[in-house]
Amino acid sequence: MSPQGESPRGEEAAGSAVAPPGAPPAALGLPEAGPARFASVGEVRSGLAGVGYLADEGISGVVFLADRLSKPVLVEGPAGTGKTQLAKSVAELTGSRLIRLQCYEGLDESKALYEWNYRKQLLRIQAGQLATGGPAAEPALTAAAGDGRGVSWKELEEDIFSEDFLLTRPLLEAIRAQEPVVLLIDEVDRVELETEALLLEILSEFQVSIPELGTVRARQLPLVFLTSNNTRELSEALKRRCLFLHIDYPDLERERDIVRAKIPGITEELADQVARIVRSLRTLELRKAPSVSETLDWARTLVLLGIESIDAAQARDTLHILLKYQTDIERAAKELLSAEA
Amino acid sequence: MLDLLNGFVAELRQSGLPVSLTEHLDAAEAVHHVPLEDREALKYALAATLVKSSSHWRAFETAFEIYFAPRLHAPESGAGGGGEEEPGGEPGPAGTAQRGEGSGGGGSGLTPEELAALLYRALFTGDPGLVTMVARQAVTRYAGMEPGRPVGGTYYLYRTLRNLDLDGVFEELMAAARASTPAGKGLTPLEERLAADEYRVRIDQLRRAVEQEIRRRLVEDRGAGALARSVRKPLPEDVDMMHASREELDALQRALHPLSRKLAVRLTRKRRSGRRGPLDFRATIRRSLSTGGVPVEPRYRHPRPAKPEIFVIADVSGSVASFARFTLHLVYAISSQFSKVRSFVFVDGIDEVTRFFDGVEDPADAVHRINTEADVIWVDGHSDYGHALSVFHQRWGDQVTSRTSVLLLGDARNNYHASEAWVVEELQRKARHVYWLNPEPRDYWSSGDSIIGEYAVHCDAVVECRSLRQLERFVGDLV
Repeated sequence: MSPQGESPRGEEAAGSAVAPPGAPPAALGLPEAGPARFASVGEVRSGLAGVGYLADEGISGVVFLADRLSKPVLVEGPAGTGKTQLAKSVAELTGSRLIRLQCYEGLDESKALYEWNYRKQLLRIQAGQLATGGPAAEPALTAAAGDGRGVSWKELEEDIFSEDFLLTRPLLEAIRAQEPVVLLIDEVDRVELETEALLLEILSEFQVSIPELGTVRARQLPLVFLTSNNTRELSEALKRRCLFLHIDYPDLERERDIVRAKIPGITEELADQVARIVRSLRTLELRKAPSVSETLDWARTLVLLGIESIDAAQARDTLHILLKYQTDIERAAKELLSAEA
Repeated sequence: MLDLLNGFVAELRQSGLPVSLTEHLDAAEAVHHVPLEDREALKYALAATLVKSSSHWRAFETAFEIYFAPRLHAPESGAGGGGEEEPGGEPGPAGTAQRGEGSGGGGSGLTPEELAALLYRALFTGDPGLVTMVARQAVTRYAGMEPGRPVGGTYYLYRTLRNLDLDGVFEELMAAARASTPAGKGLTPLEERLAADEYRVRIDQLRRAVEQEIRRRLVEDRGAGALARSVRKPLPEDVDMMHASREELDALQRALHPLSRKLAVRLTRKRRSGRRGPLDFRATIRRSLSTGGVPVEPRYRHPRPAKPEIFVIADVSGSVASFARFTLHLVYAISSQFSKVRSFVFVDGIDEVTRFFDGVEDPADAVHRINTEADVIWVDGHSDYGHALSVFHQRWGDQVTSRTSVLLLGDARNNYHASEAWVVEELQRKARHVYWLNPEPRDYWSSGDSIIGEYAVHCDAVVECRSLRQLERFVGDLV
């Protein structure tokens, strides 16, 4: 879903979700929580397994809580452990649309929340001017213009700052959506500290305040996932609003299961060997420990090469798939594969 | 339950975790949604709501083990299950009966030989139920726990593990693994390594099970609050570098790398969004053409902040050994992020070690080379700040310029040599800043042979730097 594309409207009446600026808020607190998505932690887990994501107890537990407590989940952990994949899988599991906001340095309000479509606004103004001059004036507009100068300023202002001229960006998109959505805010640690504040309102209240328009409330509560690679400390305010989930490298059994689930045709023995070698590698002091995705790449390679049981020479030849630094490869070869180890 | 949670949150705050009121409320609500009898689920519910940083996980886990220690009946089923699998018919139920006493210490249902055999089996099969059971038996038999003794769990843990002789068992297991290969040709290095790692993980499991069992009994004996106080450990960022255990040092080093990256990020950001430079007259006039020659919008030059040039002079003598190791890693982290860093190490002689950090990918490697190759001993290998500093002045003094920041690291324990404080005075005159980081507590400064006071008067700041948190604050202020 492109964030640039305008959201479909028409049946979305402006009145239902948008309170005018002056009017008192209709109801305080959160919008009605929908029916719970999951009945139990076990259901989350088996459901995720069904869409090809093998979650452990902790991951599925936090996803379950996120749904029950209507809270965003802040997912942290080393690269390549399936943080983004978790959000995608949950979206697939719940049959929701995934809306993704990729964060980067310099991300601002107009890219994350909303923007006024000023070209269209300009056109509208010009059209209004033309209408007053020409005979083919729009009846609705000229009728309102009492003094014969075309539409009054106030009406024009109200008109061009209506929802028709609003370009929704991912965050606004997520709370305006009618159907269930999963909102993924990826690599939130890349934005500046100040920009984080943009997220606070939507994360805690599920609403967005637009000065010209009022407050847009969520029509359904999206499941929100934020991922972070921990390149900087996130602000307390952001952390406080989220459930925290640290995804680490999986343990031996889970990694083996992941390998077997993701790579059809791998023998049980090879999957076991792969998982064990990777675990041993992670205990070494490497610059970059092999991630789950690299494990999968490696296993895939071994299957393609027709290897059924790996020996030291084969491991050495394919190590560069698992490790990305020359020093790491040398060290791993020395520690694991040489005779005196 | 609510009382228990209150106590638990209070304990977390005592250990230094920042738990806000909102998070406490969230935890209370989260607890409603998980089945209470499921201990793991409870743990994750609390962790997700209360712990917001992975480095705090350990502290959380320790507190959780104490406050929500498994009740007796639950794990017993596991142990019983393990017992049934025993073909030799080890008296699992007999062990259960006296396990209820909690204090243990008396005669056990198992002889030491039987226990050793059971331990071997547990580790060989890696069956978690069996491991738990062995841990229980071992604690009953060896820990010698007495009710009411105000010691922490470490002592009991040590006693139990010493008696179990895990290293011996490990060797036995490896020997068995070697013998079990077909044709008796032994293991290839790869297989050997994998087997060793596998058994190490299992032994580690056992050790944790023993620890957990001891804690459980201590909680029964003394109550959660009292025990929590005695096993509380500082968070990684608060660990005292001078007295850190090996494990803690490793954790510190892991934390160090992200720190340097964070600093670099903060630095570039500061540069980019920093103050505006001076007025750019030409650009302003050019710009004013569009407003009819009236300079409505002044233009500024881009600021060009000077790149910081850092001289690090570090004491690597024995008295600050662990700090020095840490320091060297820090110097490595700094030099990989800042363009102009020159580093010097000294004991009583001084040597430049910048070259060791150049193009090195592995900090441990650089530290090793510095320790072996750098020429830092002049006479006897006891710190002599005076001599080291005067040699520094002689050889590199003229390279210190007004753009240089000098960072001195050490405890200033000079073994009653001359202080030669004039060097520091000279440095301060020439350099932009002179900072001194001292790994000793402030109370010990200038006592005994510490002459930090003599140097301090010539430094811009002397900072106590005993933990990562203090270090982070200092470097944050610096850049």
